Amino acid sequence: MTTPTTLTSPAPPAPSVPPAVRLHDAVASRGGRPVLRGVDLTVRPGEVVALLGANGSGKSTTVKAVTGAVPLERGTLELFGTPLARFRAWHRIGYVPQRTTAASGVPATVREVVSTGRLPLHRLLPFRRADRAAVDRALAAVGMLDRARDGVADLSGGQQQRVLIARALAGAPDLLIMDEPMAGVDAASQQVLADTLRAEVARGAAVLLVLHELGPLEPLIDRAVVLRDGCVAHDGPPVPNTGLHALPGHDHVHPHADHGHEHDRPRGLLS
Amino acid sequence: MTEMLSYDFMQRALIAAVLVGITAPAVGIYLVQRRQALMGDGMGHVAMTGVGLGFIFQTSPVWMAVAVCVLGAVTMELVRARGNQRGDIALAMLFYGGMACGKLLVSKSAQAGAGSLESYLWGSILTVSPADLATIGALGAVVVAVTLGLRRQLFAICQDEDFARVTGVPVRLLNLLLAVMAAVTVTVAMRVVGLLLVSALMVVPVAAAQQLTRSFAATQAGSIAVGVLVALAGVTGSYQLDVPSGPAIVLLAIVVFAVFGAIAAPLARRRHRDTQESGPQVCDVRLPGPERVDATTPAPSAGLAQ
Repeated sequence: MTTPTTLTSPAPPAPSVPPAVRLHDAVASRGGRPVLRGVDLTVRPGEVVALLGANGSGKSTTVKAVTGAVPLERGTLELFGTPLARFRAWHRIGYVPQRTTAASGVPATVREVVSTGRLPLHRLLPFRRADRAAVDRALAAVGMLDRARDGVADLSGGQQQRVLIARALAGAPDLLIMDEPMAGVDAASQQVLADTLRAEVARGAAVLLVLHELGPLEPLIDRAVVLRDGCVAHDGPPVPNTGLHALPGHDHVHPHADHGHEHDRPRGLLS
Repeated sequence: MTEMLSYDFMQRALIAAVLVGITAPAVGIYLVQRRQALMGDGMGHVAMTGVGLGFIFQTSPVWMAVAVCVLGAVTMELVRARGNQRGDIALAMLFYGGMACGKLLVSKSAQAGAGSLESYLWGSILTVSPADLATIGALGAVVVAVTLGLRRQLFAICQDEDFARVTGVPVRLLNLLLAVMAAVTVTVAMRVVGLLLVSALMVVPVAAAQQLTRSFAATQAGSIAVGVLVALAGVTGSYQLDVPSGPAIVLLAIVVFAVFGAIAAPLARRRHRDTQESGPQVCDVRLPGPERVDATTPAPSAGLAQ
């Protein structure tokens, strides 16, 4: 894919460039139950960070905190060096929420859904040719340009996920946040996702991925952050060919069962 | 037909019908998109309290209904936005409280028993006054300007609220604006189809149009066309056949829904034939394995019996 980009240097950014995401000591609760108990998370430009953890470990809440959807009770959040309260450049963020479908109660075409990704750029002004071209590029990037006029409800689950990714790409974001993009996605769409991530990183974008396990995206990931019970249990390079399921002591049925047991797991990851 | 058009009241009725035929589906499509199709029905119930207040204070029931309905709509939106698990219970309190309160207020007012509440419940388009028409026109213009002018923004928040919030769209403000527009539409349509059938004109044209469309834009245009068509035909029919206009309009809309439903499947098949040339007509892949044995051959069952 030959996407014309605004950022032309894929080289690692200078140290003076602020990180895309800097979450420090984040504490948050949902429905009165504490979910994050002091999470630190940094994503730098050109970096792919995977957020891993069992169900209920706080992955999705962390992402929602980063997008401002869940308020922090303690701690700080900076996006591109700007505190959340003063952050206005939402067009720099492309978000793929955790969803199983792109359809709603009324039919909509693939192009109509992806076009909403341009809203932060054209705002109240009319949709222009540049917006249309950007939507075409985003659709081409995920291999859905030939389906642009089809209804999203007629697509398979993997294709709908690709539409949601294209919607996030339409604004040419500097930070791409994806919540479980691999859930219910077929092999062809997984390959499209991997290629898209590679192209976005080459462009200089930062990527934050929520994953249940590393899986086929593992070679792309620079850093894995593992959450457990709302705390960071590991922050470092991913261990090759190791998903959470392969870790010793990983228990899918009772993720909170035994605390002594759980403290062994970070060591297991690093060993 | 020309005789019908020569009456002032019929001219006003037809203009009011066109206005409602445009505004109700224009707002309703967003409620259907968000799977809140019955929200308009609840607002109709709440508006009854406004009508009752208008009766008590001897002021215009329409403006009182607008005020109460906007308040109710904002409350509903706040309940929805909080994502409260008991939200449906709170809405039930609001709906039935609004209806009971309305009837109670009307019964205590000076006009009690005159049957005038009936005209708000079922609509009385033939008694639309010039002042009513001016109100309907002004409110309808605002609703159309907002729902068509902000269609990209409203589409985004109703399609995927989580995503819209991260794109920096003022989701809360737009949600409240949509709720207020729905409330205004309910009161605009009140004189034409009545509070009990208001929601039908917001939902049924959309449901009818979307059986034939694949895009949101086409659904919006189609539903407004259906809305105008059934409103005009309903009012004309109610004049010619001497039946109430509200039920006539709603039943016509349901007929259109049924007709569109009947022709949707053949149309979709034709569209698929035109666009998709790839793939064989029938499965011609031979699966590996032993040849199928005729049911009359006893060999397999004999093998099983051993």
